[in-house]
This record gives sequence, structure tokens and C-alpha cells, in this order.
Amino acid sequence: MSVLVDKDTGVIVQGITGSQGQFHTRLMIEFGTKVAGGVTPGKGGQKFEGVPVFDSVAEAVEETGADASCIFVPPAFAGDAIMEASEAGVKLIVVVTEGIPTLDVIKAKRFATGCGARILGPNSPGVITPGECKIGILPAGAFERGRVGILSRSGTLTYEAAAQVNEHGIGQSTALGLGGDPVVGTTFVDGLKLFAEDPETDAVVLIGEIGGSAEEEASEYIKSGFKKPVIAFIAGRTAPKGKRMGHAGAIIAGGKGTAAEKMAALEEAGVLVAQSPAEIGVLTKKVLG
Amino acid sequence: MKIHEYQAKEIFRQYRIPVPKGGVAFSPQEARKVAEELGAEKFAVKAQIHAGGRGKGAMKEDPSTRGVALVATPAQAEAAAAAMLGKTLVTKQTGEAGRLVQKVLVEEATEIDRELYAGMAIDRASELPVVIASAEGGMSIEELAKEKPEAIIRMPVDPVAGLYAFRARALALELGFKAKQINKAAGIFMALARLFLAADASLAEINPLVVTKSGEIAALDAKINFDDNALFRHKDYAGLRDIAEEDPLEAKAKEAGISYVSLDGNIGCMVNGAGLAMATNDILAVFGGKPANFLDVGGGASAGQVEEAFKIILGDPRVRAIWVNIYGGIARCDIIAEGVITAAGKIGLSVPLVVRLMGTNAEAGRKMIEESALEVAAAATMAEGARKAIEAAGIS
Repeated sequence: MSVLVDKDTGVIVQGITGSQGQFHTRLMIEFGTKVAGGVTPGKGGQKFEGVPVFDSVAEAVEETGADASCIFVPPAFAGDAIMEASEAGVKLIVVVTEGIPTLDVIKAKRFATGCGARILGPNSPGVITPGECKIGILPAGAFERGRVGILSRSGTLTYEAAAQVNEHGIGQSTALGLGGDPVVGTTFVDGLKLFAEDPETDAVVLIGEIGGSAEEEASEYIKSGFKKPVIAFIAGRTAPKGKRMGHAGAIIAGGKGTAAEKMAALEEAGVLVAQSPAEIGVLTKKVLG
Repeated sequence: MKIHEYQAKEIFRQYRIPVPKGGVAFSPQEARKVAEELGAEKFAVKAQIHAGGRGKGAMKEDPSTRGVALVATPAQAEAAAAAMLGKTLVTKQTGEAGRLVQKVLVEEATEIDRELYAGMAIDRASELPVVIASAEGGMSIEELAKEKPEAIIRMPVDPVAGLYAFRARALALELGFKAKQINKAAGIFMALARLFLAADASLAEINPLVVTKSGEIAALDAKINFDDNALFRHKDYAGLRDIAEEDPLEAKAKEAGISYVSLDGNIGCMVNGAGLAMATNDILAVFGGKPANFLDVGGGASAGQVEEAFKIILGDPRVRAIWVNIYGGIARCDIIAEGVITAAGKIGLSVPLVVRLMGTNAEAGRKMIEESALEVAAAATMAEGARKAIEAAGIS
């Protein structure tokens, strides 16, 4: 068991012929992900690394039966790509693209929800179940199979956390990159619900950052009866107010969304909060013994 | 992207949101001319900078001059503009450094009966655009949220259809508008929503929204921030950017595809990924050090970007040491190492360097740095990197 993806997940790559799409499709195939097809409008009928390319997601789904997609298309067209995948019946849409206009994300998420599809991202490094399936750009070498679930708003900090956890001989069941945008498809609460149901996940590492209130909402959810231990780190306690810190969603707006507020809320919910990013591995070890 | 009040008011006019008559002036003489053409009984002269709190703010060079002046004649408008132009306006939002005033807005002054607040933003919790309003005007929304949160009304906006008329009227009623003013106010809220959605704004604000002595409703101030990620489809707004209002190092970084934020310490940081970059700053603070900057060199960092990042970091004279902290995912550590070696050689690195390379091709990258002529302290963990960087900044 794992969450969202396993060895049977079939994946379509939207934007497979672009430079990012090509590079990461190769890495996904190398990892063992079942890349069933690719989509680039106008390039249907071609093959990339033996993978058939289609003109539309609908065609790709019909031909391959894939149930997940990975989006690398440029920001201007990514909102449309999400809706296309949703309407074609894709159930998990991993959006790697960074820089999609916020209003496009809001519209696409409402559309996808109406179709019963789940979005991971945008601006997500992807999802990985070590040994089974990876969708996105996560470096496979940073992850080992084990019993900790990771939920993170940051890419490189996810790799850092995974490596620290690995050093203590603890691996991951699944790691989910939620994405650094102000509005994302899958939130901490959504991720915690998935891990609550997964018998192979014993604890969850939650990596948040300044901006928004997703960590506060996660705290409320944990308080309402999440049974597994949670270890958290919040990036940005030294971030100045009103400045966007790299991620579109990492901004303390109107004095709200500070690291201190989030850390306090999580602590109140019984979460073990790391004061320094170097403590994530040690605290996880402490919890799991 | 932020724009000036006079530019935002021009956009308000296009959407038929009533604003006072006025025009921008770049010199005292122009200010006088604008006032003469307006031919009003009273004028407001307002310094144009990308920061709020101008009315209460004052000039660094002459604290008796505020950022907003009310005057009675074109000659006085000229004098008021002369007192502001070329001076540094310090407000609650500018920080101590203040902002150079290079233009003023000269307007017909309004006789105010009542002040309110109206704004629009993306509400991240409900994942919808919302109109935010309050019968309490004249305060910033931050102050209002802190002191009178119960006085703030929120009305959700459909991201496709806009603000429904019945919701706009409900908002007007809640704000206490009566009779003919109900539809007038509702019309302004709907126009604000149309503008926000059409322009891909991230914030649109009218503070204050006023009722005049003659019963008209007007936007006395105007603020629009645009979603930078949507500017590609708003080429018509590109000309509204005022580079003079931006931090020069931050603007330079942006052009190179690098996220950079200046902080007040002495340890320069070069990191890949926003989360890790924030965490790098944080761990320095935990160990008693002070980061000089936040810098995310980007996911697929090239050697050229690494060089550009070094130049930006060293553009800050306070930097006493540099910590390069890279977790290779998409970015490959050997490419980063090559960039570090080339850049250090070209620029002539004058401060100690601490490097931590992890992830994709980290071994190769470490070896390249070890075999180069560079004097570098290598670090294996975040904690070790932080300690070494703090130590290096202390002794250089």
C-alpha cells in the first residue's frame, strides 16, 4: 500500500516533447514508472523513447487506459491542460509547471473537482512511492522505501527531509510535493486524510512555509482526531513581512501567515515542531523509536 | 507588479469607477498647470510612490512636509509640489530608507461626508477572489483586521461570472448605503470585480471609498497590484512598471531568473529552491548568525545563473562570507560546482566560501571543487554549513 500512486499507475506526460518533458520522462521511465503515453497537440503519431505521443489527452486515455498525468506545459497553457486532463477522465494530475496565473489555477481546480479529478501542485516536484512509481521531477536517489509519509510545500526541502530520515534508517511510504503556489489542488489536510487511511504509513513529516493558512488548517484537522504522529518544520521564520520568498505562495501578507503563528498552531495540536531544519531526521527517529 | 495611484485611477476610469479629476506632474510648474486646468476651488497634491501611509508620512529632508497636501490655489499647488519632488518620503510602509518622490498627482479636492474601505484580493483559505469592505475607512486593512476584525465584510466573487449583482447590493446594504446610493455603491463593487478579474490583479484597493457632501460615491485613493505570472497576457500594462521604485539588486536578480530578497545580515546565501533557501536563512539564525539575503538560484540552475547569483550577492558590501547550499534534484551539483569555480575565478572572490553539495551528481561536484584552486570550506550537513559560515563571517 501507499497513497495516490503505486506500481500499477499508468502515466501520461502532457508536454512530453518539450525539453523539461523529455528530460523527466526519461528519468521516470528509468525509475520504473509506467509512462503509457505523451501528449503534444500536433505531434500525435510520433514516439518518444518508445512512448506513443497523442494529439489530445482524451485520445491518450482511450488508447492507454492511463489514470494519471504529469504536466510540463508552459504556464500560459497549463490551466487549460489541467482541465483537458480532468475532462478526459484522468484521476490524478501532477502539475510541475511553475508560474501559472492564480486565477487560472482557481478556475482549473473548480473544473477538476467537478470531474472528480485530484490536482497535485501546481509548482509541485511531484509524488513518489519509492520502489514503485514516481511522477514529476523528484530525484529518485533521495528517497528510500519505508514507513514515513512526507507532505511538503517545497521541493528541495523535501529531498533534504527525506535524506535526513534515511540517515536514521527510516524511509518513506510516499512523499507528496504539494507545490509552492498560493492556491494548490491538494492541501496538507487532503494529504493527511490520505495518510490516515494508509496502513503502511506510521508517521507523517509535514514541511510548511510562510504564507496562507494551510498549516493552521492542518493543525485543526490533526486536533480533530488524526492518530499518527506528525513531525513538522516551517520554513521562513527569518523572512521579512510583505516579501515574496521565491514561491508565489510564500508571503506574509497583512502580517498574517508567519512561521511563528504556524509553529504555535501545530504545537498546540500536539505536533513535534523542529526548531531547525537540521532536526527533521532526529525528531522522526525519536517518534518512531 | 505594483503601479502608482495615478495609473490605477486611470484604469479605474476605464471601468467607470468614479475618481476625482486630476493629472500627474513631474515638476512644480506642471503641477501648477494641472491645477489651473482643473480650475477647482481646492486641490490635493499627492506624492506618488509605491507605498501607502503617505498622508501621515513625512519627508526625510523636511519633516514638516507630508506626502499629501491640501491647497487652495494653483500657485500653492506649485509650492506643495516643489516641497515634495526630489525629496525622500518616509512612511510606515517604506522603512527608514524612504522613497524618492519623482512625481505628484494633482487633483480636485473632495468634500468628504463619510469614508469607507473597499478592496479585492484572492482569499487563500476559500480559494476564491473576494471583495473585502468595511464601513470604517481611513485605516489600513491590516490595522482594521487587528483592531476591528468584526467590522470587515467579505463577499465571494465567482472567478468566471464575477460579482453577482445581488451580492453587490447585499454588501452595499451591510455598509449602510441608503436609497439611490445602494445601486451606485453596488455598481462600483461590480466594476472593481470586473477590473480585478480582467486585469489578473492580485490586489485592488479603494481606501478610502468616500461619500461626498453632495452624495456622490468616489474612489479617493486607488491601488492595483498585478499577478506577475499573468503579465504575459497584459502587454498593455507592461509600460506601467516603474523600475525606480524597485530594489536595484532584486530587479537585477529577477531579470536573471533568480529570486533575491535583501535581508540585514552579513552572510550571503546561494541556495536552490525557495523552501531550502528560507530554511538556510533560518538555520543561520538558530545558530546565532545573520543572513544578508534570501537567494533561490532556481530549479534548473545553469553555470551562468550561478555566476550572476555571485555578482548579486557580492553587490551587497555587507557580505562577509558566502554559503552555497545546493540539494541537486533537477539541478545537477557538477554544473553548480563548475559555475562556482568559474564565477569565483572571474569575479575574484574576496570573502570566504562555504559549500554544501547534496543530491544529483554531488560526488562529482565536490571533487571538482576540491581539485580546483578555490579555498573552500566543505560542509556535509545543514548544521555544519551554518556553523562554518558563521565562523567565516566572524573572522574575515
